[in-house]
Formats: sequence, structure tokens, C-alpha cells
Amino acid sequence: MAKKKDKTSRREFFNSSISLGATALFLSNFTSSCTDPKEPGEKVKVLGQNGELLEVDKSELHYCKPATPEESRQGIPNRKFVMVIDLSRCRNARICVEKCQEAHHLLPGQEFIRVYLMQRSEKSTPYWFPKPCFHCNNPLCASVCPVGATYKRSDGIVLVDNERCIGCKFCMTGCPYNARIFMWEKLEVENEKDIEYSPETSIPAREGTVAKCDFCPDLLRNKKLPHCVAACPMGAIYFGDINEDSVTNGEETVGFTELIKNYDGYRHLENLGTDPSVYYLPATGRLFPFERGLEDKDEELMKRYENSPYFKNKNNG
Amino acid sequence: MDNNELNLLREFSPQLSTKSRLVKGWLLFLLFAFMLGLFGLYMQIIHGHAITGMRDYVVWGVYIVNFIFFMGLSYAGALISGTLHLMKTEWRKPIMRMAEILTVVSLMIGPLFIILCIGRLDRLYFLVLHGRIQSPITWDVIAISTDLIGCLLYLYLSFIPDFARLRDFKELDVKSWRKKMYSVLSLGYQDTPEYNKILNRSKNVMAAIIIAIAIIVYSVLAWIFSVTLQPGWHSTIFGPYFVIAAVYSGTGLLIIIMWIYRKIYHLEAYITKSHFVKIGVLLLILAAFFGYFTFSEYLTKWYGSESNDAVLIDKLFEEYFWMFIISNYAGVIIPLVVIGFPKLRTINSITFAAFVSVVALWYNRYLIVVPTLESPYLPIQDSRAEYLYYAPTWVELFTSIGGVALFCLFFTLASKFVPIIEVSGNAPKKLETKTASQS
Repeated sequence: MAKKKDKTSRREFFNSSISLGATALFLSNFTSSCTDPKEPGEKVKVLGQNGELLEVDKSELHYCKPATPEESRQGIPNRKFVMVIDLSRCRNARICVEKCQEAHHLLPGQEFIRVYLMQRSEKSTPYWFPKPCFHCNNPLCASVCPVGATYKRSDGIVLVDNERCIGCKFCMTGCPYNARIFMWEKLEVENEKDIEYSPETSIPAREGTVAKCDFCPDLLRNKKLPHCVAACPMGAIYFGDINEDSVTNGEETVGFTELIKNYDGYRHLENLGTDPSVYYLPATGRLFPFERGLEDKDEELMKRYENSPYFKNKNNG
Repeated sequence: MDNNELNLLREFSPQLSTKSRLVKGWLLFLLFAFMLGLFGLYMQIIHGHAITGMRDYVVWGVYIVNFIFFMGLSYAGALISGTLHLMKTEWRKPIMRMAEILTVVSLMIGPLFIILCIGRLDRLYFLVLHGRIQSPITWDVIAISTDLIGCLLYLYLSFIPDFARLRDFKELDVKSWRKKMYSVLSLGYQDTPEYNKILNRSKNVMAAIIIAIAIIVYSVLAWIFSVTLQPGWHSTIFGPYFVIAAVYSGTGLLIIIMWIYRKIYHLEAYITKSHFVKIGVLLLILAAFFGYFTFSEYLTKWYGSESNDAVLIDKLFEEYFWMFIISNYAGVIIPLVVIGFPKLRTINSITFAAFVSVVALWYNRYLIVVPTLESPYLPIQDSRAEYLYYAPTWVELFTSIGGVALFCLFFTLASKFVPIIEVSGNAPKKLETKTASQS
């Protein structure tokens, strides 16, 4: 009963806030450093979404050159990015994981965003917990880096410059959320040779360096939402700007403060004092039973959850 | 040079010049083992770190364990030779040089393992070029390089009078380039009161400095772990705990080296049972301290049983049961019993206890590094199954063997270059009666 009520009220809340004029609000005000070359007739080659080469007229392109490592150290002016993940909507569809991997040229087994199967206590119902980098405001990873390869920007984003990283992995032990991955293998990704490296795109990756979720600042500069946010079929991930006090999942735009206030938004392991930029809305009033997240999953994927509290409790009891 | 010194030189100089088959064979063996290590490094560079056992969660493995371990061994010299020198202990002379060489050599080997662990060797100089003082790794770089320079200086100061003796010793049967080297390295030292006064004063200063630096180096090393929020590392006692454990392992290795050189160079007249008992008692005290720190560390974690700590403790007592027994039970109890009861003290039994302590300390480091990384705040999920646990691969084994071989190689070469027992200002034969102190 209570659950149902909560669900409807949350829906209503979202619906009422859309009336503000929605996505445009968030996407309108970006001050971008993009250049807009308009020389018709000139053809350029660009990389398609799946890594294929496309030839298009330069005039059709509204593109941003990816920020250089130097430029990437400056945040986008007057922005303070924040992410809100509504746990009641996640059903482990894993589209966020896949799109993220695709966009960042990650191999299977390399994830910037992972989906954990969490359970607060043995008696409570499990829930799915997407975990990107939390882009902490007090990031231990950036504090411990000996060479300044990972840094906190004015817009709240924590990035890794893999041209600076020496691969000491101290940041990986410093991060209490295991948000970081290491490029262990020799990377031989075709058609990456011509891509200019930018810490904002995290491609191309380099062997022997650290990488992690970057909040897709290249898309943000182009007035687009991060891949995981745009990809989520449930609209579970909201992204926005604290300064504007609004977040959007691409369909609905809502007030950030109000959302957190009304739905008991929290941050994971708040007691560690890292001050994350990623908030969670509790899974109460789930839109799906959590078992949906285990349906149609192959063996490899099921194995990934063997260590989860739910399966551990189940196997023990 | 008095007669006593001349006799000593006559006795020890053959060790500097012999080229017996045994020595050659030993050096060749070490060289081969070192080549194994180089091969491992080569394979790691060719294939990337993927061929090590390290993965996204356990990002530090045997390399870091070896690094802390060797850094710990370097403590023996700093603390034992430094303190004994400052206290002007009479019996120290025959074992001082071993402790000093041990310090410098292990200080050289330790950081090599960090280099193995770093993903981008080609960017190592970034540590200087882009160094950030906020990072504990930068503290470590500064501390270790200072320590290495300090210990090298201290070692050199103690070499100078011996170099001068070897320079003036006409019967020395070594190649002329080595004679020339002794002459250059002795810096024109003469055995006069003025020279000795300057030398002694410098040694006093350096002894005090390296004791302080060594404590700082090891605390900084501990802070690399304890400044993070990892449940097994975020501990206030890590600094002193690491320092004690370091002296403990270093003292253990010193006893082993004393035993080895006593056997092969027949130094029975110089290194006596009394030396083993004295250093052994030091080992006993350190064993007690080490046990105490270990107990405090795990007791508080277990008793409070915060869930993250509980996961770690469970892991230690289940998956790592035998390692935990070797490192934290055997490593404390065996030295306590063997050296604690005077009846059980023999040169061999004390050496055995020392051996146990050295092995235990290596496992202790392993238990600090690996299980902690296997049990982070957010229990590992949604990752490849093989990321859950760490096991070193052959590459890590080969490079570790290479590191140990390089340690033995450097030590052997050092003991071939200078007498393993200080010749100058020494009257070891009379030491037993504790009468003479100056030559």
C-alpha cells in the first residue's frame, strides 16, 4: 500500500515538473568552447558511433574539437554537475554499461559504470545499484596522485589525464568505491590511431594507465547528456547542474533540491567524507521486482553477482 | 698500522683476492637468477602488466610486498649500527659492517620493485617533473632518496679508514686497478688523531641522521597505506607498527648474514656466541613488540567487528589461515621461545629463530597488502570472476627471484671489495675480555 502510494506520488512529482519546459532548460545555457567551421564543400572523415569511418560535408558538422589535456584541466565555466540515480527504476538492463563501453572504446570486462546487486540487510529486498565514478568534491584519488594526472575541476568533474599518468595505481587504492580501472593489456584498437587524445573523451586509452567514468564532458560541452543517462531505458539516471538546481533524464527535468528533499536522496557511504556528486533515491516503490534484473542474463553475468549479499545470504541460508 | 691491524689484514685480505671456483660458481648462479628476473621484466614490458596476477581490485601484489619487505630489511643497519655506534658499544665492531652493507644494498633493491609495479616506466621522471608534494608517494620518493644518500655516506665514512689500510698494505694480492681505487677512495686519509677526530665526528652526525631518516622513511611507507580509507589500512598505529616490523625483519636478516659469513670465512674468533645472544635478545624484544602491535591491530578490528573489518578478519582466518599462522603466530612465538629460554640459545637455534622472523615478516606484508585489496568497502561485484582473488604469476615469481639474487650479488661483491669485518681501529681478539677499545 505504502509502496504504491509512494510510486504514484513520485510519478506525479516528475510529471508536474516537466511543465517547466523540460530538457531545453538544462541544455540551453552551455557556454561551450566549440568552434563552428562553416566552409561548405569540404569533406571530412569522422568516426561513427560504432567506430566506422564516415565522410561528411564539413558544413554539416557542428563539432567540438575534443579538449586538449591542458584545456581539460579547466572546468566548464559556472557549472557544477550532479547526478541523481533513482534506484526504484533500475532493473539491471545494462544499456548504460554497454553504451558507456561502446562510447569509451572499452573491452568487455572494462566498465566505467557497474551495476551492483545491493541489499541493506538480510530482511530487506535487494535492489540494483548503478555505480559510476562519484566525482567526489573531496576526492582522495586526486589528493594522492603523485603527478597530478587526476584532478578535480571547477565544474565538479574528476578526470584522468592518461598522458600524465605513471600507472602507480595509488588512486585505485585511494578510491573507496573502486571506481577506477587499469589498462592491463596491450591495447591494439584499430582506427584509434587518428583520434586525438582528450581526457574529456577518455579515448584512446593507454596501456599501463588508469581510466574511469568521466561524466562525458565532451558531450556536456556539446550540450548533450552523458551516454549512460541518455541510454537508460527506464530514465533512472538524472543529470544536471547544481547551480541551475535542475536535473534531467532526457525526458523530464526536475528541480534538484526538491527531488533530493522530497525523496530522501542520499549519497553512498556518506560517512567517508568524500562528498560525492552522485546522489541516490532509495529503491522504495520499485517499478520492477528486482528479480527482473536477473532474467535473461548469461552465465558469465550471473557469476558476477555470486559475491553479492543477496546470493551470499541465499546460499548460506 | 699496528701489528694487530696488520695481522687482521693478513687474515682478511685473501677473502678480497680469492677467485675460488665456489665463489665463481656462486656469482654465476646469482647472475643467472638475476637474468631470470630481467627476462620476467622483459616479458612484462612486452606483454603489459596483464601477465602479472594484479587486476583492478588487487592492484598491488607481490611487488609492493617485496618493496616494503626490502625497505624493512634496510632498517637493520640504520638502527643497529647507528645506535651501537652512538652508544660506543664495544662488541659492535665485528658485525657493524655487515649491518651497514645490508642497509645500503636492501635500500637499493627495494625501490626496484616499485619500478616493476609502475604501469608506465617510461614516465618515471614525471615524479620529479610533475611531482606534487601533497601525495604520500612524493614524500616517499624524497624520503627514500635521502635515506639512500645518508646510508651511503655513512657506509663510506666507515670504509675510508679501511681503504687507507688496504692502500698501505703492501702484501695485498689484487689487480692494480683495485689498488688504485682503494687509494683514490681513501681520500688521503692517514691514521692520525686529527683525521680520526674529523671522521668520528662525521660518523656521529651521520649515525644520528640515518636513525631519524630511517624512522621517517618507514613511517611514510606506512602512511601510503594508512592515509587511504581501505578498511585494513586506515589505522593510526600503522606508522610505528611498520617501523617495529622493519627493525624486526632487518635484525633477523643480520643474524642470518652473521651466521653465513661466520661459516664461510671462519670468523668464529670474531663473531662469537655472545654476539648472537646479544643481537638475539634484541630480536626477542622486537618479536614481543611486533606481536603486541599485531595483536592490538587485529584485536580492535575483531572486537569492534564493524562489518567491513569483520569481512577482512574472516578472510584472514579462513582463506589466509596458514599464512596468518606463519606470520603472526610462528613469527612471534618461535623467536620468543627460542631466545627467551637461555637453555635453548645456541648459535644455530638463534639463527633459526631469525630465519622464521624474516619469513614471517614477508607473509605479514602480504597479509597487509593483498587481503585488504580483496575486500574493499563495496564488496566486489559485477566484475570478471578472476578479478576477485589475487595470485602471483610466474612473472612476479621470476622478477622476485631476480631481486633477491641482485641483493645477494651486491652483498657478495661488497664483501669482496672491503673486509667484511672492520680492520681499522679494531681489536676483535681482545673484545671478549672487554679491555681494549682503541688500537
